[in-house]
Amino acid sequence: MPVSYYFALSAILFTIGALGVLIRRNAIVIFMSIELMLNAANLSFVAFSQLHDTLRGQVLVFFVITVAAAEVAVGLALIVTIFKTKQSINVDVLNELKQ
Amino acid sequence: MDFLDFLLHPLTLVTFFPLMGVLIILFMDKENKTAIRWTALITSLITFGISLWVLMLFNPANPDLQMVVDIPWIEVAGWEITYLMGIDGLSILLVLLTTFLTPISILSTWTAVEERVKEFMIFFLLLEIGMVGVFLSLDLFLFYVFWEFTLVPMYFLIGVWGGPNRVYAAVKFFLYTMAGSILMLLAILWLGISQGTFSVPELVATASIPGNIQIWLFLAFAAAFAIKVPMWPLHSWLPDAHVEAPTAGSVILAGVLLKMGTYGFLRFNLSLFPEASVKLAPWIAVLAVIGILYGAMVSYAQKDVKMLVAYSSVSHLGFVMLGLFAINSQGIEGGILQMINHGISTGALFLVVGMIYERRHTRDMDAFGGLWKVMPVYAAMTLIVVLSSMGLPGLNGFVGEFTILLGAFGSKVLNNPWFAALAAVGVILAAVYLLYMFNKMFMGPVDKDENRRLFDLNLREIVTLVPLLILIFWIGLYPSPFFNLMEASVTKLVESIQVAAMAGLP
Amino acid sequence: MFLSEAAASGPTFFYLVPLVVFIPLIGLLTNIIFGKWMGEKAIGWIASLATGLTFLVAVLLGVSLLNHPEQVIVPLVDWISIGELQVQWAFQVDTLSVTMMLVVAGVGTLIHIYSIRYMHEDVRFNGDPGRFKRFFVFMNLFIVTMMVLVSANSYLMLFVGWEGVGLCSYLLIGFWFEKGKDGTGNAQAAKKAFVTNRIGDFGLMIAIFIMFWAFGSLNFDQVFAQSSQAAETVILAITLLMLVGVAGKSAQIPLYVWLPDAMAGPTPVSALIHAATMVTAGVYLITRSYPLYNSAQQVQYIVAMVGGITALLAATIAVGQFDIKKILAYSTISQLGFMVAAVGIGAYAAGMFHLVTHAFFKALLFLGAGSVILGVEHGHHHLEHEGKGENGGEHFDPQDIRNMGGLRTRMKTTFWVYLIGTLALVGIFPFAGFWSKDEILLEEQILDPPVYWILIITVFLTAFYMGRQVLMVFFGKPRSEATAHAKDNPPSITVPLIVLAFFSAVAGILNLPRLHSFTEWLEHTVKSIHPVEFNFLAAVVASIIAISGLFFAWLVYSWRYKKLQELPPAQRPDDPLRQWLGPIFTGMENKWWVDELYWAVILNPYIKLSRFLAEVIDWRFWHDWFHNSVIVRGYNSLARFLSGPFDLGFIDGIANGLASVTVRFAGSLRKVQTGYVRNYALMVLLGVVVIIGYLILR
Repeated sequence: MPVSYYFALSAILFTIGALGVLIRRNAIVIFMSIELMLNAANLSFVAFSQLHDTLRGQVLVFFVITVAAAEVAVGLALIVTIFKTKQSINVDVLNELKQ
Repeated sequence: MDFLDFLLHPLTLVTFFPLMGVLIILFMDKENKTAIRWTALITSLITFGISLWVLMLFNPANPDLQMVVDIPWIEVAGWEITYLMGIDGLSILLVLLTTFLTPISILSTWTAVEERVKEFMIFFLLLEIGMVGVFLSLDLFLFYVFWEFTLVPMYFLIGVWGGPNRVYAAVKFFLYTMAGSILMLLAILWLGISQGTFSVPELVATASIPGNIQIWLFLAFAAAFAIKVPMWPLHSWLPDAHVEAPTAGSVILAGVLLKMGTYGFLRFNLSLFPEASVKLAPWIAVLAVIGILYGAMVSYAQKDVKMLVAYSSVSHLGFVMLGLFAINSQGIEGGILQMINHGISTGALFLVVGMIYERRHTRDMDAFGGLWKVMPVYAAMTLIVVLSSMGLPGLNGFVGEFTILLGAFGSKVLNNPWFAALAAVGVILAAVYLLYMFNKMFMGPVDKDENRRLFDLNLREIVTLVPLLILIFWIGLYPSPFFNLMEASVTKLVESIQVAAMAGLP
Repeated sequence: MFLSEAAASGPTFFYLVPLVVFIPLIGLLTNIIFGKWMGEKAIGWIASLATGLTFLVAVLLGVSLLNHPEQVIVPLVDWISIGELQVQWAFQVDTLSVTMMLVVAGVGTLIHIYSIRYMHEDVRFNGDPGRFKRFFVFMNLFIVTMMVLVSANSYLMLFVGWEGVGLCSYLLIGFWFEKGKDGTGNAQAAKKAFVTNRIGDFGLMIAIFIMFWAFGSLNFDQVFAQSSQAAETVILAITLLMLVGVAGKSAQIPLYVWLPDAMAGPTPVSALIHAATMVTAGVYLITRSYPLYNSAQQVQYIVAMVGGITALLAATIAVGQFDIKKILAYSTISQLGFMVAAVGIGAYAAGMFHLVTHAFFKALLFLGAGSVILGVEHGHHHLEHEGKGENGGEHFDPQDIRNMGGLRTRMKTTFWVYLIGTLALVGIFPFAGFWSKDEILLEEQILDPPVYWILIITVFLTAFYMGRQVLMVFFGKPRSEATAHAKDNPPSITVPLIVLAFFSAVAGILNLPRLHSFTEWLEHTVKSIHPVEFNFLAAVVASIIAISGLFFAWLVYSWRYKKLQELPPAQRPDDPLRQWLGPIFTGMENKWWVDELYWAVILNPYIKLSRFLAEVIDWRFWHDWFHNSVIVRGYNSLARFLSGPFDLGFIDGIANGLASVTVRFAGSLRKVQTGYVRNYALMVLLGVVVIIGYLILR
């Protein structure tokens, strides 16, 4: 199977993720979309790693996974706090930046 | 040199060990003051222990730098800055003095500092790092970093824990010192760029700086150091800083920070600019002698004990400067020893003043009288310190002052015995103002009611003073071990100056 | 010669010499450490024992020197060694240093024993029994430092002792630091003594500097060995500066003013330090440096003249004093003048001989005076105890001889020993002073006639003021209630007096004419001296002068005084001489206003100058005006100019213009800011797409 398939899949996943982030209002769904983007990137890394016959890409994937895990922890904590204060996880409620 | 070697190198340890204490204190509960104090004290004691280990490793017969740490640090545009540390006979005593005085000062704050103990101890330990670093670093750039670094903790020590006028004093201290340092920085940059290296030993060995430029560089360095010493007439920050600083701050300020100035003259001005040193020595000596007499006279007219002691520093450091610029073994060795002596004696004087201040909350000499009757132990210890400060033979001050004056009297560079003769008048005047102080506070009748109820020193205070008293007697009666440590290096320095000065003459 | 060589030539005790310093040191440390748990007796006896043992060591050293009279040097440890400067802690044992050791430790032991009882009383009269221990610690410290001074083998070590004894003097003068005029008088006296001595020490120190750079060493032997080749000016400078030191320590003109004030110390201190031992250190120094002085004849004349004039001046002042101790103090200055005059002309043996005899009889006189004071104080307290406080509670001075009189019958022992001391001091045959003073006068007569005549006048005055004192204290009728109730002291006070009286009477045999045992003893060290033959005529002349002095004193203070007593108290002068001499007596009473002169010429200007420097120059001008006004205000106004006209007008103009443009631009841009994170993310995405698009299509 040629590597381009992987890149295509990666691109599709990334687009889905990006659209999810932009379109959906539910914070948890946005969060999941971000994970999707991260994993799309991971897929690219692995594919490139295969392509160039090095291990660098794979090493980076581990980093990404670690960071993603940390991000999940922080992000979920944030969402819980937001829910506690706003009684909602709709991100449109959160436009304090404008003020 | 790999990382572990660097980390466990004695000089690295002695400089940065207090950082351990800082880290530990950082994670301690700020309400747990006793634990914080103990941590700081033990850290500083261990640092002192490490410095003793350095002393054991030190070979006094070797005039050169020892235990050198040389790591490339920053390389920009062809000129390189190294992390260069080393120790020799000129610096070892000052390192020991620093590590010796720090635990004593910390012990003196036990009850004097009650607020923000955590921050106080952190700053104090940071200050120790800076001071030791100044004495050990041999790269001009590194030296400058440490030099400026000491300002920060001291600024806060005065500005946060000081007396009523503390902010003024702290800012003045900071600005004054900075002003001089800027000139030094320019000179450092000029030297580093023109000679391609910032390493002092390399500069000493290779640099060839024309005479007239030497003089400008000398003056630029001297600006920073003379303010720090302080030499007359740049002493105006000193009384403010001393009077406002907390006791421990004053002890360190007088005991070590001022020595950074004299050490700077010794390490940089004398070694790097021998021709200029020889040429300008008489002028420095003039200022030194004026400082000796002026400081002694102004001390006499003070009403505040701490002011008196502060101005006495101007006088005492005049002796050190006179000794250094006599440029012979007697003068320089006496000068170095007198730095130590001044650290011990004046440090002890500030401790003594702090002890009475804690009891009476005043430093006005008129508020006391007859304390010898009420506090005999305190009076006896103060008496010894006072006598040491006025240079009574058999105590440390005499050995330093005598060798300095002897050196200056026969100095070929100064070439005029009047410097020493006039400076010796300062020895008389020292007796005048110190005995005036002692008479006023400790003798006479106990005529104030507040003084009747004073309690004598407690065990902690005695423990604080006793090490200093031991050294006062030790140096006074048997100074050979101290002279032996510096003899080889000083002899080498004097010879190199003579050679260079001869070569520079037309 | 070193120790090992000396040991080879027979059994000697030279190696014991460090003990003269260490025994009293151990004594004082014992008292400091264990004194808390010991009684007064124990403290006093430990101190006395330490001094006594020191004396024993000195005797052993003396015995060793009889077998082996050449000097021996016993090194202890290195002290300072820098380049050429090599100074050791080393002891020099020779006939000169051992003489001093014997005097110091011998007289010192007696005075220590005397002090046990005396200080027992004194600390109670002065209301602080806790100070008893401190006294003996200081006394032992004095013995330590004095021994360092006399046993030194270099000028620097001598200097340690030299200033050390000055310190002990300071501590002991200020012993009752809360007493004296205005409560600070004693403390002031102590400070005055120390500072005046420091001025002298300054001279000695400079002399040491010159010596080092001229001779490359500070050891006596090396210095003397090279002194013969040294340039004349060098020797001149050294000897003259050393004379300044001598004037400080041995209370000579112009630095003698501290010694009378030093009488503020307890009486045993006056006896030991300010009469018998410390003040003679200057005489010792000149004798020790005899090779230097011998090669500087001009200086020798100056030294002799200083001594002579001091002797005369102090004697005139002594005539006008009423304080029993002050009289003795001026007498001491006067006698020190004799010694300095003697060593000045090179009569070292005569000077040292007088030093020894003077140590005995002046210590005796002081201790006797202490005994009198104690007796009178006893009487005073006795009265107070019975509620008959004299003078309505007004301060009573137990040292004023105007309050005394008639003590001859009440204090018999004290009277007799005091009389012996007086006769010895006046120089009546066959008491000790006769022999030593006669030797001085004889040598002066031959070598320096002007000084001889000055000293002859002094001899007369000495006899006169001592006669006056004895007559006013011991004869006539008691002039105060307290004196009338005085009684003699117990044996622990009187026995040392009797011992000293014995020596004052017979010490002349040390150096009898024809035998010259003392001169020969010293000759081993001071090579330049030679025995001078006794001159019968000179002795008779001196004796006649002395006796006539006593006779005049009797005329004035016994015969005339009795008549004066018949006058009503208001018209009665306190001293017959006041009537006769008028202003001259006032001058003598007021010490010729020398203290006032020094105050006006030196002290007051110094205080004013230091105040001026501190307050005006350093604080108001330099600290406040220059720094706080010129620099700070200058900076502030510069900053204000920059922040005001410059910054607001010019820079701000630019800045404001820029700002308004920015505001307008931002106003249109702010619509972009929705506050929704989503929008920002979209922007980011678009941005990325644009960048990537550029990278791909470029």
